[in-house]
Amino acid sequence: MATTTPARGSQSSARGLVRPTFSQPRRRLPYPFGLYQTAVGKKWVMGVTGIMMMGFVLVHMIGNLHMYEGPAKYNEYAEALRTVGGALMPREGVLWALRLGLLGAAALHIHSAATLTIINRRSRPLAYQSPRDYSAANFASRTMRATGIIVLLFVIFHLLDLTWGVFLGEDYITGDVYNNVTRSLSSLPIALLYLLANIALAVHLFHGAWSMFQSLGWNSPQFNQARRVFAAAFAGLILVGNLSFPILNLTGVVSQDSRTTPCVAEGGEETRICLGVNE
Amino acid sequence: MRITLKVWRQDGPTAPGSFETYDVPGVSPDMSFLEMLDVVNDRLTLDGKRPIVFEHDCREGICGSCGMMINGVPHGPERGTATCQLHMRKFHDGDQIVVEPWRSAAFPVIRDVAVDRSAFDRIIEAGGYISTPTGAAPDANLTLIPKPVADAAMDAAACIGCGACVAACPNSAAQLFTSAKLAHLNLLPQGQAERWARTEAMVETMEEFFGSCTNHGECREACPKEISLDFIAMMNRDYVKSKRKNRKLLSQIR
Ligand code: HEM
Ligand code: SF4
Ligand code: FES
Repeated sequence: MATTTPARGSQSSARGLVRPTFSQPRRRLPYPFGLYQTAVGKKWVMGVTGIMMMGFVLVHMIGNLHMYEGPAKYNEYAEALRTVGGALMPREGVLWALRLGLLGAAALHIHSAATLTIINRRSRPLAYQSPRDYSAANFASRTMRATGIIVLLFVIFHLLDLTWGVFLGEDYITGDVYNNVTRSLSSLPIALLYLLANIALAVHLFHGAWSMFQSLGWNSPQFNQARRVFAAAFAGLILVGNLSFPILNLTGVVSQDSRTTPCVAEGGEETRICLGVNE
Repeated sequence: MRITLKVWRQDGPTAPGSFETYDVPGVSPDMSFLEMLDVVNDRLTLDGKRPIVFEHDCREGICGSCGMMINGVPHGPERGTATCQLHMRKFHDGDQIVVEPWRSAAFPVIRDVAVDRSAFDRIIEAGGYISTPTGAAPDANLTLIPKPVADAAMDAAACIGCGACVAACPNSAAQLFTSAKLAHLNLLPQGQAERWARTEAMVETMEEFFGSCTNHGECREACPKEISLDFIAMMNRDYVKSKRKNRKLLSQIR
């Protein structure tokens, strides 16, 4: 290795009984794309895309707290999201940029999860024949794939339901976000689905928000103790915030009936954002 | 003590294997686990049967050859010790003890509980050394190393290459071993010249044989030398950096 670049792939790694289970590509993509061709690099990408999605999940949760300020404020917030960037950007411009970014992040996150899982399966073709006694791997770390898939399926349902209004039918009013959310969440099966998916998300984050520090190599004796605390706190925060929506809707604290709050701020004009609110 | 030993028996790498159960009376609590196996093997030999093949050498926890799965835990229930330093007093009279070889595609079974760990050698060959001119030994203390750095490098160098980390890992990943070998050299001044080439080459060789880390932390629990997970974070950081650094270094040669 010393002075010349090793001719990778030219020397076979297979000797004696031992056979490689994975061969590194003969030609690497140019930097930095070549990173994604390696397992450690893929894990790094999982960490970065995980952080992007964590940012989304946090902002999404905080934004939804506007629900508790009544329909006017909630719908105003939804409208504000579409006009971020003001006059500089086309309507929904910034929103679409963020959406595409998240879509890309999710695609890379899932693709690396899937390919790394295949490598891991291949690395132990014959499982232990006697019971394994784990001492560090916890429920969260061992169910990352399951919780990830639950979250993915939920996100698809969530978009069909509240972005495209596929399930609400007549009751779906474009622009009246408050109406749509309260109508959807007042149904018991849907509220239960929200509970299940968000518990899965919190479990995923409990491990993921710790694991990413290792994958990205963010490590120092000065904050190592705090990494677990951060992950637990982040997962807990998302759990409490996101579970409050279905619970408060189911128990009637937030509901269609609480829409006595005026839809438009005082003195304001009726605009399209409160469509149908005073019917 | 009287124990029941359930051991994986397998005639060769491609032969099918299965568990066999032996009744083992007269075990002294002061015996090491390997001494108990010696007793069993003596009796098997007297009975004209093939003794249990297991690997061992130093019997003092420094060579790394004696690894086996004991009751589902690499190196058995005692933390921070290799199988050879595990004593029978950690078990109770009447216990059943299950012994199985490491399971990993990279560690094929040679016979019974002995496995071939030469995939580790491939990783070391890829860069687990420093290239140094031979000649007179340099003066002591010529290269000054801060104490915390020397301590960290020493902690990493404690790895004995036993493979328990791979055996313990649900993904059969070798991150703890590779990161310990990397940190051992990458922390010290003598390792700097080849740091980035070494990191890239060793990680990529590791990936040819082993699974991918998901940060369960099982390796750290199983490691007889209690190597820290911090080295894995350091390896991940260095690997991503190495891609950039090595690209730059290339432009200086050509
Ligand atoms: C959409 C389906 C998803 C799947 C299939 C999935 C799967 C996975 C898997 C297999 C891992 C690696 C497991 C490990 O490190 O033990 C992981 C890590 C992670 N996930 Fe997900 N995930 C999904 C969605 C999400 C979402 C929505 C978020 C954030 C809100 C997220 C955040 C993270 C984080 C932060 C990590 C740690 C990454 C690292 O260790 O570098 N994931 N995910
Ligand atoms: S890191 Fe620990 S468990 Fe892994 S090979 Fe080295 S000594 Fe054994
Ligand atoms: S026999 Fe050498 S470490 Fe156990």
